Amino acid sequence: MVETNPNLYSNSFNIEGGNFNSAGIVSTNIKSILKKLGIPNDIVRKAAIVSYEAEINVVSYAKKAIVNLTVNPGVVQIEVIDDGPGIPNIDLAMQEGYSTADQRIREMGFGAGMGLCNIKNYSDDFHITSEVGKGTHLKMTIQTP
Amino acid sequence: MKIEKIVQALGLEVKCGKNYLDKDVTGGYTGDLLSDVMGNSREGYIWITRQVHQNIVAVASLKEHVGIILINSCQPTADTLEKAEAEKIPIMVSDLPAFEISGKIYNLLTAKS
Repeated sequence: MVETNPNLYSNSFNIEGGNFNSAGIVSTNIKSILKKLGIPNDIVRKAAIVSYEAEINVVSYAKKAIVNLTVNPGVVQIEVIDDGPGIPNIDLAMQEGYSTADQRIREMGFGAGMGLCNIKNYSDDFHITSEVGKGTHLKMTIQTP
Repeated sequence: MKIEKIVQALGLEVKCGKNYLDKDVTGGYTGDLLSDVMGNSREGYIWITRQVHQNIVAVASLKEHVGIILINSCQPTADTLEKAEAEKIPIMVSDLPAFEISGKIYNLLTAKS
């Protein structure tokens, strides 16, 4: 049986944890793909912000992650599944200013405790689940006109 | 106002992206926390910061900033310059602190012509 991909567009990317030199590559890639697909600029900018913040979290805390980008009429969805340490208290992690980042991360200007807030604010729908010792799963949905 | 005009008016040292100084500056944002800049700056802005590492280029590129100004004579790292040139983002250096350079740019951008 031939399975057809029901999505208008879908692609997956890998993020390498711990490597701040390549941080931003996946979000830059997503941004240029969305532009090429003709997604309006304000939607592309939102997608760039949420994917960048998620990417920085992976680089800061996880060994690796997979990012799934799917585009369908009316909606862009970005999913980030990492193998990081997990978040024991999601409510706390969602509080602006709360961060577990170490000094090295903070010196670069990351770890301000604003990443997840930016993701929430710039997504139309945001789901986060996490299991300590297993990893974290983010699902960001942005509506398109 | 073109970046070029700001460079001339404030005596900024252009470290890279000399060919991209003809872009229009629509506003500015000052900050060293990358998520703050990510969340609150806008496209067309010039970004004023003391961060010098290469991640500033990704932020500026994703946010479509027209340029980055480093304060207090902070020098960009070599990989920052390389990435910025590739991303066509000018990096300039001022010897002034953030407050002063921000104020001067604000005045330039809001002056009645």
